[in-house]
This record gives sequence, C-alpha cells and structure tokens, in this order.
Amino acid sequence: MSGGHDNHGGLNLTLHVWRQKNREAEGHFETYSLHDISEHCSFLEMLDQLNEQLLREGREPVAFEHDCREGICGSCSLVINGQAHGPDRETATCQLHMRRFHDGQTIYVEPFRAKAFPIVRDLVCDRSAFDRIIARGGFVSVNTGSPQDANAIPIPKENADLAMDAAACIGCGACVAACPNAAAMLFVGAKISHLSLLPQGQPERRRRVLAMVEQMDKEGFGNCGNIYECEAACPKGISVENIARLNKEYLGASLTARQASEAAGGF
Amino acid sequence: MTTPTTPILDSKCPSGPMSERWSKHRFELKLVNPANKRKFHVLVVGTGLAGSSAAASLAELGYKVTVLCIHDTPRRAHSIAAQGGINAAKNYPNDGDSVRRLFYDTVKGGDYRARESNVHRLAEVSTSIIDQCVAQGVPFAREYGGLLDNRSFGGAQVSRTFYARGQTGQQLLLGAYQSMMRQVGLGKVTLLPRREMLDLVVVDGIARGVIARELTTGTVERYAADAVLLATGGYGNVFFLSTNAKLSNTTAIWRAHKRGALFGNPCFTQIHPTCIPVSGSYQSKLTLMSESLRNDGRVWVPKNKGDRRSPDQIPEEERDYYLERIYPSFGNLVPRDIASRRAKEMADAGRGVGESGMAVYLDFRDAIARDGAPRIRERYGNLFQMYERITADDPYKIPMRIYPAVHYTMGGLWVDYNLESTIPGLFVLGEANFSDHGANRLGASALMQGLADGYFVIPATIGAHFAGRKLGAVTTDHPSFAAAERDVQGRLGKLLSIDGRRSADDFHRELGLVMWNRCGMARNEKGLKTALATIRGLRAQFWENLRVLGTGEELNRELEKAGRVADFIELAELMVIDAEHRRESCGGHFREESQTVEGEALRDDASYAYVAAWQHASDGPAMGWNLHREPLMFEEVKLTQRSYK
Repeated sequence: MSGGHDNHGGLNLTLHVWRQKNREAEGHFETYSLHDISEHCSFLEMLDQLNEQLLREGREPVAFEHDCREGICGSCSLVINGQAHGPDRETATCQLHMRRFHDGQTIYVEPFRAKAFPIVRDLVCDRSAFDRIIARGGFVSVNTGSPQDANAIPIPKENADLAMDAAACIGCGACVAACPNAAAMLFVGAKISHLSLLPQGQPERRRRVLAMVEQMDKEGFGNCGNIYECEAACPKGISVENIARLNKEYLGASLTARQASEAAGGF
Repeated sequence: MTTPTTPILDSKCPSGPMSERWSKHRFELKLVNPANKRKFHVLVVGTGLAGSSAAASLAELGYKVTVLCIHDTPRRAHSIAAQGGINAAKNYPNDGDSVRRLFYDTVKGGDYRARESNVHRLAEVSTSIIDQCVAQGVPFAREYGGLLDNRSFGGAQVSRTFYARGQTGQQLLLGAYQSMMRQVGLGKVTLLPRREMLDLVVVDGIARGVIARELTTGTVERYAADAVLLATGGYGNVFFLSTNAKLSNTTAIWRAHKRGALFGNPCFTQIHPTCIPVSGSYQSKLTLMSESLRNDGRVWVPKNKGDRRSPDQIPEEERDYYLERIYPSFGNLVPRDIASRRAKEMADAGRGVGESGMAVYLDFRDAIARDGAPRIRERYGNLFQMYERITADDPYKIPMRIYPAVHYTMGGLWVDYNLESTIPGLFVLGEANFSDHGANRLGASALMQGLADGYFVIPATIGAHFAGRKLGAVTTDHPSFAAAERDVQGRLGKLLSIDGRRSADDFHRELGLVMWNRCGMARNEKGLKTALATIRGLRAQFWENLRVLGTGEELNRELEKAGRVADFIELAELMVIDAEHRRESCGGHFREESQTVEGEALRDDASYAYVAAWQHASDGPAMGWNLHREPLMFEEVKLTQRSYK
C-alpha cells in the first residue's frame, strides 16, 4: 500500500501559464520551472507552490479559482494540456493529483475559454451567464411555507435516481470549455432533466425549458453538434442523454406552448 | 477577565411549556403589514444554506433584499460540500423518533451547553424543512415504493437522516439557490457576487449596512439597509488545515465582533473523526469522508504498539475494534467528539497506522462480506472513489486510513432567540452564530440548523425589528459609512505597504499548527498559556513582515488572504482565552485537567453551565475582552454525564 506519503524524488516541471492582467488586457503564456514537486500533491497544491515561488521572487502570483478542493463547489476552471480539468475522467482539477504527470513534463495551463465566459484575470473567468440561465427558470416556484408532507407524492426510485444523476452538475462550465461550439446544452439539459423527471417540476415544465433556452442563446453559447466532448470533460459524468431530454422537452414545449398558454390563461 | 458589573445576557427565550414556546413566541412577535414589507431593505451576507434560504424566503414575503456573495456565483458556498445528510423528526421508519427525541438527542449530544428553547424549535421545524426541500425538487434518496429513505447517523439510535447520495449539502444548497435565483429573476433580490464584507456599519447603535470590496476591481463599496444578516459560515480555517473550503473565513463576523457584537463560546470546535490523514507539508486542506461510513465501516488499530504489518496480515485476534469494545451500545456510531478523541489516544499510544502513525483503520471487509460489494458501492461509491483518488488506495481491498480534522465551529456570534446579535438589527444565521449545538454538534444537524434559521426562524423574527423599532432613513452618505470605509482603506493600505518577507499563507500555516497542537482535540492550562504568548508574537510579526504584491485596485488574492489571516490571528487569541477560562471539559472542548477516570469529558455544571459571550474591549499587544454570561437552564433534559456505553 502506498499510505503515509513523503516528498523525496519529486517531479521537475515546465509550466506554460496563461497570464492576463484583466478583462480588457491582451493575454500571453509565461513559462515557469518548478522543482521537486511531490507526486502526492494535487494540481492546485502544485500551483500553490508556484505562487509561493513567484512571491519569493517578487513576481505577482497566478490568479486561479478554487475553494472546496474536493470536487464539489465547481470553482475550478483550468484547461490543462488542452483538456478542461485535465487528463482524468470524471475528475475536477482540484482532485487531479500530480502522480498523473511525469518528471520533466511540460504542462500548459489555460482558463476555460468561451465567448460567454470572459476572462477576469489569468485563469479566472466569469461564469455568471449560468446564474442568469437558472434565474429564468431553473427552479420550482414554491414559496417557503407549509407544503404537503414530503411523502405525500411517491416518486419511482428510478426517476429519483435519474433526477439525482442530472442534479449532480456542479456548474463548473467544463462542458462549455470542451465544446467546439461553446455550447451550454449539457448544463441546461442537466437542470431541465432534473426538474422534468420529478412531479414537482411538472407545472412549469414548458415555460421553464423555453425561458432557459432563450437565455442560453442570449448569453452567446453555441448549439450542440453531437461531438460529446462535454460528457468526456464533465467531472461529474453528466450524460449527453440530458441533451437529448432537453431537445425533446424543447421541441414539445415549442409545439404546444401556445395551446398550453391559452388553456392556462396566458404565460 | 470578567468584572462583576458585566450584565447577564437576555436570551429573550419565551417561557411556558417547551413544546408551545415557538408558536407562542411567533404569536407574540409584532407583524409587518404586507404593504409595508417592500419598504424594508434587508442585506444578506453569504449564500450558503442559511443565507440563500433566508434571502429567498424574505423576498417571497415582500422584503427588498440585497445579497453579497464572496464567490463568482452563490452556488459555490461551502454548504455544497456537506456529504452525509440532514436530520428531521419525521419518524417515517416507525422506529420511535419524535420531535422530543430529536430535541433530547441534540441537547445531550451538545453536552448540555446549548439553549433548550432553541434546540426544541430546531427539532420542531426540522420536519417542515424536508417538506419544503421535496417541494423544491431536491432529489432525496428513495426506496422502491417511491417513499423517502432514511439512514442512521453518528450519535443517533434512530434513522432520521435524509440524504441525497453523498451530496446532500449540494442538493439542499441548489434547492435554496434556485429559490433565491427565482427571486433574482423576479427582481426581488439583487445579487452581488464577488463581494467580500470588510466591515459593519452601525448608526445610532443599530446595524445599518456594510463596507464590502468588489474582488475583481478592488473597489470599496458601501451598502445601506434596515437590517443586516450575516450568514457567513464558520471559522474552522483558523487551524489552516481543516475540511473547510479555502475561502471560508471569519472576517465578516470578526469585524462585526469588533463593532460590538458579542462572540459566543469561541473555543467550541468540532473535530470530525473520519477525514483523510495529512500526507505532506504541501497540504492545503483536508478532506472529510462522510461519517455515514461509520454505519458499515469498523474502526480498529492493531492491539500491539508499533505493529507495522499491512492490515491484511494482522489476524482478527490482534485487532482492537476499540469503539465497539469501549462503547458496546453505540459502537462505531458514538458522537464525533468521542470518536475523535479515542483515535487521538490510539495514535498517541503508538498504535496508530500508516507511515506517519497518525491514523486509524476504517474497515469495510465485514460489510462487503455481509452485503456484497455492489450494495456497499451503491451506498458509498462516490466516497470510496474520492478516497482512492487522493490516496491511490482502493478501500474495497485495503481499509481506509482516517484521522480527525477540524470540521465545524459550534461557537460564533452570540444571538438571542430571535437570532439577533447584541447589535440591534444585526442577525446571524447558520454556522456563523453560536446557537443550537452547544459544545458538540451531532452529525446531519448543521444542514438542519442552517435551513431552519433561513427558511423558518428569521422570516418570523425579523419582523419584530422592523415593527418594534423606529428606523430613520439612513443612506451611504452618513458619516458612519465614511468612517467605516476609512478604516477599511486604512487596513488594506497597511497590508499592502508592509513589504516584508513572508506570505499570508506562511503565517496562516504557523498559526494553524499552534492552534492544532495547543487548542485542538485536547487542551490544558500550560499549553494554552504558551499558545497565547505565541499567537501574540505571531501577530506582531505579521504586521512587520508580511509580503503582499500588487495593488488594491485589482483582483489580488494575496491581499484578500492577508486580510483574512489578520482576523484569524486575532480570533485565535480569543479562542485560546475562552478555552483557558473554561476549566471543564464539555463536548468538543476537552480540558485534560477535567476528565472522568475512564477518560471521558467531565463537565462542571456548578461553575460552567453558561454561554461565554465575549465583548471586545481593547486592541494592543494583548487584546482585551469582557466576559458576559448567559446562564443555561435545563428544565426538560436532566443534566447527566453523557454515556454512550
């Protein structure tokens, strides 16, 4: 077993890191050498060590997003050697460990790139477009109060499990970064699936998908080209079947929206 | 520390039969006319479970709400990382649970240092939380019949924990976040991401706003309101290494404390027993493995000191399943403080495992043999995967190595029954307040408390502030705002101009080590006195030898960190003073001088059955505080020595 780690025989690495002063500035790669990095530390802990080194040399540290460092907050937004979140399947950058790299390796580190995710500084980008999409319909309109008992509506376990699969999305945006069209359809599809699979999501099912897709387009995201890079990059393994469900829901809603609206007295 | 003149605090707890207090109180609270609600502006700081649920619920009621969030989006708040579950007294499994039993378990689990009235209210509203979350579409685990599944959790003998795989916090937070985003879409909530609160503004003795820094441009901004809600989480990162997310910090509550809000039980820290052990000096944080694992995993160490054989080479008779041995009725499910302390004792006695010896085994061999690997995978698959990713060991084959780590802080700003701090108009919710967990929080109770505060308590109690006080119009032009902004700019300028040699992280690591060694799982007078001197020295060094590059007018992570570490160092001083003053053991606060012959925490109810609420009095080389006491009355749950045997 490999338990109880020590530091000898660390990795020597060459890093090319994207540096950009602010939203308006031109960005460029800068090259750094790092020595004796433990293979047991995480990718972000490697960047911590780079920043300590830069600080000692009187150079400004690299800004990158991170918080929970256990793969659930969705802050990580790095493209590592051309792959969003790096080489491991179903792994966010913060869970990527340096044992995945070899001594002497060159690593390129860039921010997620998409028109809808403008770069704020270095490796930090602005993903607030996702919040604006959720604000248009990614919810069940139920006020805090006294809803019926939680067990009043049985939900088949299969549906609850599928809804949970979709709800596991961490909103990191790797799907967008990995997509040649910078589409957000995996993100939007996951939320549409989550809520349309549950009885609680039914009353707003049609208006939700129409509004969220409208906002998605407005934000400048592209459309799905069936390349499936999004699923490959997703740290939570969200399936492209959610995009199929999004398309089905959207088509259904588009064709019946007018009738539903009239029947319901306008929406 | 305390003077005879410091008044006893009024908790504003209602009187009468325990089970009627909350409804009686709600009836007696003044109401705000629906048409008037939109005239009141509430500022919510923090968007975890407590902040998001409060913002959504208050906006639904008609209040005008502004939300400040330190992240790029509210969905990243640290509540998202809670794995195990949320308690509620639903009694769906028919195993004897009730509001009274949840109340009783929580008071006892907190080792009789929580307020009975608060805890009873928490147990009462727990059932509504589950109803609310299901209505929002939170995908809790279900059985094949379509009804909700429950599991048991550390410290409880009934199955009352609702869960969504190993991501319960995530799903509850997304439920609250989505409800809040609905209000954003409706224009009822103004959401301001990437803002860090750096000071509280008090006008005529009432909290009327905050000073915040926009983190991408560095602009220092003023926000005025009629009430300020702090839902900014706990301060476990004072230990540097903890399971808390990196941005979790004490600055918001610490700045409020220095503006006059009393700090309750600062030394009450929860050390969680099932975390992945420290592996090297590069370590930036620790990872928790949900304690639901203790339902099926068996904790053990070798019987013999210094046994370095690999676990599969250690025969059954040479293993010590010490929790099952010492606590036959609770076994591996004893409360967190007890499980943590016993693990430390094993390591201290030279029976720890792994290369560092600072770990114990959590073994699934028997559970896999009993239920089969697929069933275990279904229950804990994502946790096993997370463990393997970090350690490169496969827990289906090799027992996990676990060790305690700082996880939660029961202490926080003192609040009364209305969640109002000692500064009128300043309310504190969730982990940021000190309220409901006493000296030890039970598993799956943090999510319950955060959502109870946000969904059900504050919407009822905030009305008393608006309806009961004359609140004049205050704008950000008020001199108090200018003064607070000057203070903030002064601090930022100082941090940028020291031009020393050490990074903020470097100071933070040193502080963390002092706190872990002297004010961690076990504390004694000598160690605490040493720590106090060390911390004061560290504070002096910090202000002489800190290095922050760049300017204040840009995204500057080093500047942000430096401000937080400065506040952590001050808080550490108070934590040590509090730990030193409380010469009893209770819950997570273990004073080596106060233990039973069996090594359990020994309370001293005659001297310490009170909440210690500290009032900041002076700065200087040694900071000064005045101690106020809120006596704790136990009318329903008889004071006894906790026993889990």
